[in-house]
This record gives sequence, structure tokens and C-alpha cells, in this order.
Amino acid sequence: MPSPPLDDFIAAAAATLDLPLDPAWQASIKANLEVTLRHAATVAEFPLPDEAEPAPVFRA
Amino acid sequence: MDKDFTWSTGSDIAAAVASGETTALAITEAALAVIAARNPTLNAFTAVTAERARAKAKAIDASPDKSKLPLAGVPFAVKNLFDIEGLATVAGSKINRAHAPAKRDAELIERMEKAGAVLVGALNMGEYAYDFTGENVHDGPSRNPHDITRMTGGSSGGSGGAVGGGLVPIALGSDTNGSIRVPSSLCGIFGLKPTYGRLTRARSFPFVGSLDHLGPFARSVRDLALSYDVMQGFDADDAACVDRPKESSLPFHSRGLDGLRVAVAGGYFRKGASPEALGALDGVAKALNARAVEIPEAARARAAAYVITATEGAALHLDRLRKQANEFDSAVRDRLIAGAMVPSTLVVKAQIFRRWYREQVLALFKDCDVILAPSTPVTAPKLGQQNFKLDGVEMPVRANMGLYTQPISFIGLPVVAVPVALKPLPIGLQIIAAPWREEVALRVAYALEQMGAVSAPRPNL
Repeated sequence: MPSPPLDDFIAAAAATLDLPLDPAWQASIKANLEVTLRHAATVAEFPLPDEAEPAPVFRA
Repeated sequence: MDKDFTWSTGSDIAAAVASGETTALAITEAALAVIAARNPTLNAFTAVTAERARAKAKAIDASPDKSKLPLAGVPFAVKNLFDIEGLATVAGSKINRAHAPAKRDAELIERMEKAGAVLVGALNMGEYAYDFTGENVHDGPSRNPHDITRMTGGSSGGSGGAVGGGLVPIALGSDTNGSIRVPSSLCGIFGLKPTYGRLTRARSFPFVGSLDHLGPFARSVRDLALSYDVMQGFDADDAACVDRPKESSLPFHSRGLDGLRVAVAGGYFRKGASPEALGALDGVAKALNARAVEIPEAARARAAAYVITATEGAALHLDRLRKQANEFDSAVRDRLIAGAMVPSTLVVKAQIFRRWYREQVLALFKDCDVILAPSTPVTAPKLGQQNFKLDGVEMPVRANMGLYTQPISFIGLPVVAVPVALKPLPIGLQIIAAPWREEVALRVAYALEQMGAVSAPRPNL
């Protein structure tokens, strides 16, 4: 997954989620998000069949 | 009291109380005295429930049934995310100090006290359990009893320090990604992270609902088993608690290792490990005649656990992040805000991977009963240390102490963490079993303890 333009994404996400975003926090949030997205990409690129179910299965 | 019980096991204390050799009150007073003497150094306790403990101890001494109580008069303490009646459940945070006092104890405290144990207080922890260091910006760091300039590991840092430092024989903590196993390793004690869903979490403050476990710390395997056995049982108040019969682990101890097949994890679980971690692992693996096994896709499992933790944790705290962002530990706040921004598609992918990975790992247990792995890559880092080198690569301590624990709790496997008493600092190993087979991991741990291969070293305090 190519690296997204994270600064814009963080600003938009903070506004959408109604989260405060102090400019002093930006670098740290960005660094954390980069790490988390890198981990997420490692998982998402792993090929699994369409039928694979998520771990938590809701039971009525 | 003519005997020093401060390094006694819980089972020895219970036997002494039951036989009349000592009283629960004398044990409680001794525990309160050692807490008063050592806590200013170790910073393990954030609250001491002295009056409550004395009242409980007197009630045990007056009870005609005290000889039937498996934990009669045994002092214990809990990570401060467990509800304690009359105290706000702070969960290592500043924000929760404004919460109303808890109206009722956590279910596991009630079960421990029903078995005769005496609660003596609440223990320090990393803020909201999002931590592997045992440091806390509001309460100060928990300090390692083997070297007070070093970390206890987290997030159950006070639990590790209190048991490893001889303040209590048994403590309770939580483990989402390694928070029982990491402090056990750094503080040189035993810990049990049971199967996900085994022990009720009712009336404890959560972190990541789909990964949170509660469990005990102790200085002997027997104490782990004793406390684990009395805490078992279904509880409808925890949605994840599974309705299974209680399965006492104690009778299995005397069976030794006969018939058990032991494996040792290679690949991912050796990469980045320090010479101390590898030496401890190889020594125990040799003693158990273990064969090598590869846990498939462990790095990806750890990555998926990381994603689920960041996002579920962010969901839990979203409202507090909106309204009280400045009251968080800034390191926790920034990780949680980042977690709130991760697209949900990636979280679902992590949960899909989780089921696939579980099936792969469960298949390994067709050919073995337990798998050994390191608990931590290194012995206790210095307090305040930001980075360490793993396999030649500079990495942040806070996020990477759980490298070897995360792929295991990710699928809820039971683990007994055992200490290898290296000098100057101990290090821990994981004995990992198939789901619901806690008794097998405890049996292996007990055999290793009998062989002298694992033990909780007494610090020079």
C-alpha cells in the first residue's frame, strides 16, 4: 500500500471524528499512525479466501 | 510472630494459618509493615487497604472453617483497574480519579476472598494498560525489585514489583498483549494468563475487549494454581466468559512430565532475542527434550494484534479523547488518536486473519502439548529508556517488549510465564498450551520448578 498523504488525512479524520488536534501532537500522532498502518498493510496483503470469516462471530 | 513470612508462598501461609502456627491478623500486619517499608522504594502500591485487610483477617481468625480455606490469611493485591469497593478504579489514569468509588469489588477479588485471601491494596500500572514499561506519568514508575533503576515491565508493573519484591505472595493483573507475562519476566516471578474467556473480567476496567485477560502472579507454581483454581467459574456479567465447568489444576501437578510432548518456537521467536533470552530458552528446552517448531505468520499475528489494540482501545476512549485529551499521558493519547483514524476495513482484515492464524496454530498442538518461547527479548531496561537494539535494529522499548507475547494472546492461548533466575537480572519464558489446557502448562512449569530450572529469585531489598 503506498504511503498516504497522512498530514491531510489526519487533519480530515480529526475534524470528522471531532477529535482535538494540537499542532504539537501532530508529529507523534503521524508517527503512530504510520506504524499502525504499516502493520495493517502487512496483514491486509496476506491472501485469504473470500469465505474467510472474522474471528468474532455474532450469535443471536 | 516468630517467623518471617515475607518471602513465604501463599500455600505455606495458608497452611500456617490453618494449623494455628500463626494468625491471619499477624500475617496481615507483617504484610502491611513490609509494604510500608518497601513501597517508598518500589512504588508498587497506589492504595493500601489496611483497615479492610485487618477486618478481613480477624474474620478469618474467628472462622471455624479457616482450615478449609485454600488461601486462609494469604495477602494479595490487585492492579488498580480492578474495582475495589469504596475506591475509584483509576486504571493508571488521571481522568478516572474523578469517577465515583466502586460500589462492589471485582468478581475475582470476591472469589479470592471467599477462599480466605486478604486484599491489602491496589497496584500501580501503565495508563489504561496501554504500556509495556510499568512507568506511569501520574503515579511515578513501578521500580524493579532486582534493580530499582530499571523497569518492572508493564502494564501490570506494580503487580510484578509487589510479588517480586516480597510485598505480597500473590497479585492479580491483566494481560491484553503481554501485561502479565512481561512484568513476570522482568521481575523474576511466575504469571498465568489463562485462556481467553476462562476468568471473569466483571467489574474491572477494560482496554481491548476482544483481547483482555485477567490472571494471577506468584512466586511459586502452586500459588498460581491455587489462586487460578479459586477464581474459575462462569460469570454472566462478563460477555466473553465461557460457561465451562471448573477444572482444578492442582491434581495434575504430581503427574510430572510423563507423556508430555514439548516443542520450542523457532524463527520469529529467536529473531531479536538477546543472548540472555536465548540462553534461558535453550537451557529449559534442552532440559525438556523439546523439538523445534515454527509458529506460522507470527510477525503478521503481532501486526494484527497491534491494529486491533490501537483501534478497539481508541473506540473505548473516544469520548475521553474528545473532551479530556490533555489529561492523558501524551504517549497514550497520541497512540489512541492515531488508532481512532485507522480505516475500519483494515481492522476487519485483522480479525479475518486472526481466525485463519488460530487454525494454523491449533494444528500445531496435534503434535505437541506445550510450546516454549521467550517472554521478553531482553532483561529489564533502565527506567526512562526509550529505545533498545533488537537484532541490530534500534526499536522503541514501549511498543516492542511484547514482541513475543502478542502473537500468543492474539488467539487467547493459555500461558504460564516462568522465571529463569539469571544474574544480575532474571528473564522469563512462556509455556504455551492449547485453549483450555492451563493444567498442562502448569504441570510443565511445576516440573521445571522441581528440577530447579525455574525459580523466583529473592531480591536484596
